[in-house]
Order: sequence, then C-alpha cells, then structure tokens
Amino acid sequence: MENRIDSLFKYKSGTVLSVYFTAGYPSLNDTLTIAKELEANGVDMLEIGIPFSDPLADGPVIQNSSKTAIENGMCIELLLKQLSTLREHIAIPVLLMGYYNPILQYGVTLFLEKIAAIGIDGLIIPDMPIEEYQENYETDFKRLNLKNILLITPQTSDSRIRYIDSVSGGFIYVVSSSTTTGEHTGFSEKRESYLSKISSMKLNNPCIVGFGIQNKEDIKQVGKYAYGAIIGTAFIKAITQGELKQQIKHFIKTVSHDTTVRT
Amino acid sequence: MKTQYHINDKGFYGDFGGAYIPELLHSNVEELLQNYKTVLNDNKFKEELKTLLRDYVGRPSPLYYSNRLSHKYGVQIYLKREDLNHTGAHKINNTIGQILLAKHLNKKRIIAETGAGQHGVATATVCALLGLPCIVYMGETDIKRQAPNVEKMRLLGAEVRPALSGSKTLKDATNEAIRDWINNPEDTYYIIGSVVGPHPYPDMVAQFQSVISEEIKQQLKEKTGNENPDYVIACIGGGSNAAGAFYHFIDEPNVKLIAAEAAGKGIDTNHTAASISIGTTGIIHGSKTLMMQTSDGQIVEPYSISAGLDYPGVGPMHAHLAETGRTKVIAITDSDALSAGYELCKLEGIIPALESAHALACLNQISFKQDDVVVINLSGRGDKDLETYTKHLPHGKQN
Repeated sequence: MENRIDSLFKYKSGTVLSVYFTAGYPSLNDTLTIAKELEANGVDMLEIGIPFSDPLADGPVIQNSSKTAIENGMCIELLLKQLSTLREHIAIPVLLMGYYNPILQYGVTLFLEKIAAIGIDGLIIPDMPIEEYQENYETDFKRLNLKNILLITPQTSDSRIRYIDSVSGGFIYVVSSSTTTGEHTGFSEKRESYLSKISSMKLNNPCIVGFGIQNKEDIKQVGKYAYGAIIGTAFIKAITQGELKQQIKHFIKTVSHDTTVRT
Repeated sequence: MKTQYHINDKGFYGDFGGAYIPELLHSNVEELLQNYKTVLNDNKFKEELKTLLRDYVGRPSPLYYSNRLSHKYGVQIYLKREDLNHTGAHKINNTIGQILLAKHLNKKRIIAETGAGQHGVATATVCALLGLPCIVYMGETDIKRQAPNVEKMRLLGAEVRPALSGSKTLKDATNEAIRDWINNPEDTYYIIGSVVGPHPYPDMVAQFQSVISEEIKQQLKEKTGNENPDYVIACIGGGSNAAGAFYHFIDEPNVKLIAAEAAGKGIDTNHTAASISIGTTGIIHGSKTLMMQTSDGQIVEPYSISAGLDYPGVGPMHAHLAETGRTKVIAITDSDALSAGYELCKLEGIIPALESAHALACLNQISFKQDDVVVINLSGRGDKDLETYTKHLPHGKQN
C-alpha cells in the first residue's frame, strides 16, 4: 500500500493543513476523539505529540500541554493502546512526533514495528541525529513503510538542505523562523523571502511549513510557496478550555481558507 | 597520548556524548564545533586566557596542605583552593575561556544557565569585563535559596530570568537557556557552565577546567617531589570541577579518582541527585549519558541540598569514567555533606561550598593507607550557603 503521506501530496491540489496536538491533553482519553474531530472538520494530516518532560524545541504552550499529559498518565504504551483502533476511524495520514529519549527507552525498532502495525505513516524525532538514523534505523523505516520526517530552519545551509532532502521521507518540515514553537512571528518579508528561496530550490520532497503558523493569513502566505502548513500551539490553546468538539470545529473554521495556487 | 578514556572524533566518550539536538540548534553547535579547537590552540588566544587567569582570576590557586584535617584522618590532605578564585569558585576558569571564544566568534549577546548561581556570577562577571549583555536563566527555586548570588549577578549588570517549568532548578534553567539560543541563533553565545550539553561543550569545558589538574601536578611536585597523589577527590553534579581536577590524571593509573555525587536524602529515597548510582543511559540536554529517568524515559526531578549538584544527569565524560571503573563514585547524603562542611570550618577555618563539602565527606568513606597523599578539589566557598549551614546547625554547637 502506498504511504498515506505520499498519496496526500499526490492527489491534494490545495494547501495541506496539518494539525499537531499532544496525546493525553487536555484529558487522558481525548487522543482519538480529537483525531476524529479534526478529520471530520477537513484537516488533511495529523501530528500526534508524545509528551516529554523536557521538550527543548517547544514554547510554553506545548510544554504545558506535555506536562499535563504526563500528569494525566500518558506514556508510549498507553498511546499505542489508544491508537490500536486508529484505522477503523481515521483515513488521513497520521504522524507521531516525539523526542528521542522516551522512544529510545521503549526500544526504537520495537516502537517502529508497533506504530507501523497500527497504521501510523511517519515519525518526527527532532533530536535524533541524522547519522544515527542512517546507521541504525533507516532500513527499519523503509521495511515498515514509515517516513522519517526531517526539519530545516532558516539557519540550515543550502548544502545541508540538499542533504536533508536526500534523507527525509514524506515531506520536509520547514521551520518558518528561528524560534521554539508558538512564537508568532506573523507575516513578514523575511519569512516570505525564506519560503521563496526554499521553493526555488525545487527539492525532491514536498515542503510543509510549521512553527509560528497561527491563522488564516499565515496559511495563505505559506500556501503560496509550500505544499502545506502545520498548526500546533494555536490549536492547543484553542482546546485548553471549553467543550472539546465545539472548540475544534470553531478553530478549524477560523483557520480554513480557500485553496491558494502555489507559485 | 589519547586513551580509551578520552573523547573520540565523533564527540563520544565510549557510548556517551554526541550531539542529540533538534535541527534548530544545528548551525549554532556546528559553528562552535568548526571553531573551538582552532581557537583554543591559537597562541594569541592562549596568551590572552593565561593573562586573565593570572591577573584577573588570581591563578594559580593555592594547593594548601591542611594540617589539622590531615592529622585527623591520618593521611596527607591537600586542598586545591578553587574557592579563592575571583567570584569564589572554579566556574570562572570556564567562563573566561568561553567569553574569549565568544568574542572571537563576534557574538554580541551572552546567555547562561545557573544552579547555585556560581556559574551565573562567573558569567555575569566576565560579561561585565568584556562589556557584553548577559542573561542568566535560573530556576525559581534556586533564585530563592541562593539569593546572595542573584544580587551579585544583578549588581554586575546581568538580567536574571527565572525558569518556571519543572522543578524550577538547574535542569529547567538549562532548558530555558537552550530555548533562548534557539530563538537567537545568530548573535548569541551560550556559555554552558558544566561538562554537559551537546558535543563540543563537554570537551571544551573540560579543557578550560583542566588548568586545575595542570596546577595540582606542578604544585604537588614542588611540595612532595611527586606530581601524582594517591587520590584526587571532587564533587560531581554536571561534573566540571571534577573534570578539571581529574583531567591530567586520567591516564595515570596509580592515581585513584573519586567522584562525590549528591545522594540527597539517600539514593533510595526518591529525593536524590545521584545520577550515576541510580541513573540509566538516556539523552538529556543534547548528550547521551547516565541520568535519572522513569521507565517511560521522562527525566526525573532531582533533589540535593546543594543547588550546584541538583541535576538529574552527569557529563558524558563522567558516565564513561564511571562505567569503565576509572573513577569510583561515592554518593554523599545531605547530612554527611553538612557535617563535612562544619568540620572544615572548625579544623581549617575555611567555609566550603556545600557542593565541595560533598567531596570532603568522602574522607569518612574511603579506607586510606597511612600517609596516602589525597588532593581534594575545594571547588567553591560557602558564603552563598550560610543560611543553609546555619539552619541545619545541630543544637549546642553554635559556639
């Protein structure tokens, strides 16, 4: 079977909207409910975060959601259990995002086998060195039809972008500005010229832009240069209070937009 | 000569070390990696560093033969007086080195994390010296228990930003400093205070601190005719003073290296910072090392009476030295450290930092041979810990 991420980019003509949320937040058993609601409201891809005690690349909002999730009792074992019926409910691509240490303690290969069996399509491990991936796990990812999604930032050199493009699978996660998650940088010429540069590099992988994406305008700007956008912090904020399903519906409505044509 | 104990080309000490960092930090760390060896070996840099260490820090720090302490334990005890350095601890050896490197790399803004505040003060000091803006992240808990150092940092012109996440101690301050670095990748230099973090930090900090053992060798030779002692004892949180005190003895098999880590209330109590005794291999702050974690891989909040040892991991170099048996690790409880601190006050007229008191407490835990030569690295002075010492002073011992 073709990996769902590949299919998405092959067949979707407009800007892909991907949403990040932390597993086990706001309540322990919300994981699958949130996933279903996001799909029902037209989201194209899901990124489920495995909470970690010390999330270095994340700002306060995702840090707090991780802290709450851990206090709620979330762990890899439980997440796998919650997601065991994932594919009975969800058709869109689903990624897991998690820091390396919890996965390392679980056992990387065992973890990969289990998530592949559940129907997870890709993985983002932001602090796993690329060399370590290539040496130890690339064969496992390929064997299990899992994509290892790598990040680039405005600080990444052109030669390193090419290197990352040659290793990354599914898509490249373009960090829109040099920040931790949730810093709203907003529409800026700097971001525009960066995204324009990336677009002109004609990389092998589609590019999806994340970090600092919070509203319709951000998504519209990003959509001109990239295949899609990832929203995380703004979504976590939106579901922190109120009735979960209502909040999700309302939030997606406010960020959804008409298809923009890529340049 | 490089032995199995030293760092390899990929930044690992045996299985420990490396650079486990998000791509957001890659260019920052790569810039350091590409430059640190060249700069550290540059003659002009070496001369500048040497001059500042001598005229500003006050090096060499004395190696003091402690007569009454020696008499009590029946061995020859030398104290390496890092407490007499400017700012009162070994930390400035590293901050002087790193600020010169930052200047060399044309950085305009300095950030640091601090636990006890010694590294924060040492960083604020060198920033004032070179006229660079300085932001120090410090856990909110530590800000309260190390108030004098907070005041010092502010007086020196630094901004102290409280870390409000987690246990609000050194681990969390380090997280915040790393996040600041992610948000300011171009103009900012991050001065890490210990032999922790992604490669090349552990190696770089160890090299800057290695002046301690370099001096011990010379001084001991002058005093005893032999440059090697039987024991070198140092306390270990992240492990920078121990790295410096051990550095030039690592390849001397006859020198026993003792690392005193913080047992807190006891290593089996869940109120401990004994990362080597009870830790397992994991990734913390960008390096693979021994650390305290749950079976799910969440980092456990540490506890120690000493803010400078209150860290759930240990530098990768120390993980390797301990795993290979090159160092012997002794876990010292809060109360043993306090007793050793009081003892040094009474016997030698020196108030040691609570961190260093952990090293002193090893004297009770080792079966020495008579007249063994023992060097204890007195990493810092105890002014900052007066409140804690006073609070725990046993009744009837006030006079």
